[in-house]
Amino acid sequence: MPNFEFPASIKSRPVYGRLEPRKGKFHLMIADGEGAEALIELAAADGALMAKSHIIYIPRDTGAGFAEKLTALGPAQLYIGPSYPAAVPRLRRVLADAHMGLQVYLTGTEGLMGQAMNEAMAAGIPHSAIQTEHRGSLARRMQCVHCKGITEDVMTDPFVCSHCGLHLFVRDHYSRRLAAFQGVRVDAEDPGNIPDPVELYS
Amino acid sequence: MSAGTDKLAVTVTNIVPLNDLVTRFEFQRSDGGELPTFSGGAHTVVEMRDGDITRLNPYSLMSDPMDQSTYAISVRRDDAGRGGSLFMHNRVRVGDRMVISYPVNLFSLDLRARKHLMIAGGIGITPFIAQIKQLAATGGRFELHYAARSAALASYADELTAHHPNNVSIYHDDQAQAIDLVHLLDGQPLGTHLYVCGPKGMIDWVRAKAADLGWPREAVHYEEFLAPQSGKPFEVKLALSNKVIEVGEHQSLLEAIEAAGVDAPYLCRGGACGQCETDVIGYDGKFIHRDHWLDDEEKASGKKIMPCVSRFEGKTLVLDR
Repeated sequence: MPNFEFPASIKSRPVYGRLEPRKGKFHLMIADGEGAEALIELAAADGALMAKSHIIYIPRDTGAGFAEKLTALGPAQLYIGPSYPAAVPRLRRVLADAHMGLQVYLTGTEGLMGQAMNEAMAAGIPHSAIQTEHRGSLARRMQCVHCKGITEDVMTDPFVCSHCGLHLFVRDHYSRRLAAFQGVRVDAEDPGNIPDPVELYS
Repeated sequence: MSAGTDKLAVTVTNIVPLNDLVTRFEFQRSDGGELPTFSGGAHTVVEMRDGDITRLNPYSLMSDPMDQSTYAISVRRDDAGRGGSLFMHNRVRVGDRMVISYPVNLFSLDLRARKHLMIAGGIGITPFIAQIKQLAATGGRFELHYAARSAALASYADELTAHHPNNVSIYHDDQAQAIDLVHLLDGQPLGTHLYVCGPKGMIDWVRAKAADLGWPREAVHYEEFLAPQSGKPFEVKLALSNKVIEVGEHQSLLEAIEAAGVDAPYLCRGGACGQCETDVIGYDGKFIHRDHWLDDEEKASGKKIMPCVSRFEGKTLVLDR
């Protein structure tokens, strides 16, 4: 699956790159879904990389077929887990034990990359030193600015907040601290006037 | 004049020779008022009026950043230099009035760091002394590795080891002691920031090794002030001011521009900060680029020069100033 070209937007919207092998003794790769493809390409770019790598992979709905391929890359450690929250204790432990020179690679959905970047930053890695590559779903992790609840995997604009039930407009305004885009009530000034939902980027 | 270079009128209150090469100078405000606080790693630009020549040399402040009564700098005598350090050593006396700039910091601590790993070579120790005072006051975690030619020339080593015995390691070249850099960098906790100040060779060595071991660029900080070097005199046309000036053998291009009464921007006067970057309108000759601000491509382009440390040899040079 090719990389999606995100349209130009406001400054707060994250911009993703292409993963490239970097120098370092230890490499931590966190991916979900089609992010596995980016890791396979990364391994192909540097044959010695995987022997020094720990992969944390969350297949989600689309990645079941990648488990075998990732195993075949021969990473030093490979963890395949059911969800990102389930992988967080492992991720925190790996970061707590890590030393300077660790390289972090994030790939897959925006929600995964944003949340994992938060953990890496909290561990002391400058955000600009963390590599990212978007792959797979364009769904967004949204915060409702009214009730503060997070709705994962939002595919339409507007959408219904999974916590308070308001209809929210999808903004490009992004919070690095929350790893989420901001959703604002779409019918605040004219209650009940709710546009038909449109699929994001379609 | 330049942004951030407001001046302070000060009086020399103490001169303390530390060893054969290094002397500490202490200043207080001549009007009896308080000096501004600063952050560890800041420098001040000291004006030296030496006959017809005015020299402006940057020196790291090494007093306690929170001490508003006194500033201190330590000056290493450079017998082969252009005379700034010799002026300080031989001509300045207690009670002299001098003019220094407000502090400017191009080498500040990144306070997001979990740990500060400092590497100093020779007189490069000075910014770390102020940074360590700042960190000691705030409970910051640090480790200093300080290399000097010999015990006698290791300025402030005794004081540092006495105050921070568990955080300071000293290395003496004459005893073949060297920083084991690879082992030092390997195994530092995540979130460590690395700081290096010393001779160019040391800075290059530390930066290259850190990059090799995968340290992010953002976590590696360095400071090296270049002193302008003497060279052949040359002539420059300043297009905006419509003046033709002569840069003397022992004068920097920036000093010659200032001597002609032209207001040029500057901050560090040592090729590091980028403030004095000047556009070249035309030239016939060759540039002697000595800064570490312009990249190789810009240096080769013939379109930019840093007049604080770089020179020119040839027939004509026209600057957009």
